[in-house]
Amino acid sequence: MKTAENVPKRRGQFAAICYRFSRNRMAMLGLAVFLVVAFFAAAAPMFADYEADAVKQNVYTKFFSPGQEGHILGTDMYGRDLFARIIFGARLSLLIALSTVGASLVLGCLIGSLCAYYGGWLDTITMRIVDIFLALPMTLMAVTVVAALGTSTTNLIISLTISMVPPFVRIVRSAVLQVKGSDYIEAAVAYGSKDMRIILTHVLPNAIGPIIVQATLNLASVLLSVAALGFIGLGVPSPQPEWGTMLAESKAQMRYYPWQVIIPGVAIAVTVLSINLIGDGLRDALDPKLKN
Amino acid sequence: MLKYISKRVLILIPVLLGVSFLVFAILAMMPADVASVQLGVSATPEGIEKWNEEHGLNDPFLKRYFDYMGGLLTGDPGVSWSSNTPIKTEFVQRIPSTMALTAGTIVLVILLGVPVGVISAIKQYSIFDNISRLLAMLLTSLPAFWLGLLLMLKFALELDILPATGGGSFSHYILPWITLSTAMAAQMIRMTRSTMLEVIRADYVQTARAKGARPVRVVMVHELRNALLPIITVVGIILGQTLGGAIVTETIFALPGVGTYLLQGIFKYDMPVVMISVLFIAAVIGVINLLIDILYMYIDPRLRSQFVKG
Repeated sequence: MKTAENVPKRRGQFAAICYRFSRNRMAMLGLAVFLVVAFFAAAAPMFADYEADAVKQNVYTKFFSPGQEGHILGTDMYGRDLFARIIFGARLSLLIALSTVGASLVLGCLIGSLCAYYGGWLDTITMRIVDIFLALPMTLMAVTVVAALGTSTTNLIISLTISMVPPFVRIVRSAVLQVKGSDYIEAAVAYGSKDMRIILTHVLPNAIGPIIVQATLNLASVLLSVAALGFIGLGVPSPQPEWGTMLAESKAQMRYYPWQVIIPGVAIAVTVLSINLIGDGLRDALDPKLKN
Repeated sequence: MLKYISKRVLILIPVLLGVSFLVFAILAMMPADVASVQLGVSATPEGIEKWNEEHGLNDPFLKRYFDYMGGLLTGDPGVSWSSNTPIKTEFVQRIPSTMALTAGTIVLVILLGVPVGVISAIKQYSIFDNISRLLAMLLTSLPAFWLGLLLMLKFALELDILPATGGGSFSHYILPWITLSTAMAAQMIRMTRSTMLEVIRADYVQTARAKGARPVRVVMVHELRNALLPIITVVGIILGQTLGGAIVTETIFALPGVGTYLLQGIFKYDMPVVMISVLFIAAVIGVINLLIDILYMYIDPRLRSQFVKG
């Protein structure tokens, strides 16, 4: 009975959100651009060979201009095809960003909703620890963890996740606290549902809006952090084609080969911009009150 | 008032101690062969053992932490592992550069972000608003270090009107300021605009307009004053990001600041150097946020009255 009542209503709301999102031109543009980036990231092996084009150095093909001898975006100072490195870079960056946001979303939802739902000493202690974590800016926290663990893709994901979980805990906690006082939660408690079931089927779905928006926007800021850490030498180690690492490598020759620093930067900016547009569109679609 | 301030200070101290413990614990996970890194290829097992003993690495974790904090609280951040010189003199020399970078950035962010955000909100959906929103969106999405590289390429390498790297004179800071403040100013514009939009719809603004107050007065006295608290909060958030971003910006322009010192420390596995740099940045952010909280009390009579009565 409960499901029969809930499902049509929730689907109606979902359809309304989709409709509002689809009416937002900038958000749809962002979605289209993101899908193109995601397509190239997913289909990268169809366009180029990872070992031969993106990693292997070739002294005879150094510094080709874009378009020269079949290299759409030219080649870098080690003679590697820039287009291949950009699309494999998209693959790597998106993989890191998605796993970081995914992991911090799960951890943040778990810790945040448990804190808000049970309150008491668990909540107090956790929030004090979160305060301590939040006293360090995200970049600084990530840099510290990478410094301790060493540079590798896995360590990068770990360090970014550690710096991203505390803000998520805060957001989930406040979203859940708002929902917690509702009548339908009280009804579920009175009905005798188990705590875990209430959290998973009643509390979280109703508090998910702001959490999703935050996750989307965090995806953009993680992409920027990955590139920034790569740039200062604490991100994905060379020769892997990560956009920030590529920028750091081409910095020395930028006076004579400016496109070497322009191309990876454009790739980062376009991807981040598309995600930000989606995030803004989602926020407006989920809460139309804010727009007017 | 004093009661409130002392209460806030009492919250800050455990947070800072917590940060010091957290950072110390994270850095303690550094690879165990630090000694052989510092001693180089010629390290003998006896030499490594001696080095570990001298630097207290054989002690239990908690003893090391308390030894370190004992030194730090009496004003001695220890000796660098890589150069064997006292950290204090070098570190103190690094502070002005980072402070100049951060302070200049924050000033630029406020001067640029607040007026544009306010005008954008007042003239919602006008051409000005649309352009500023689009620009703000674009600028938050640019990687700051990339913008820094492009600026350096144009103004230092091509036009040769500004120095590319190094610190010391005012002109050395112009490009870093622009680099670091662009993304932050864009955020400031977005936040100021959305707070102002909320305030504009408030009843007291309607009343002020209805009683015939001049539009400029409505904006400056009724709207901006009420939007001030959230705007100041945003300044606090942006300050944290600015100090975090300073690490990257200092690296691009090779500024002799705390950020470059921190990175050097990381690449040389120099734990005391990393520790003091991270703690310094955390402490600055903590203290500034404390000052912001106290500033609230001066700005908002409603907050002040809570503590005068009690």
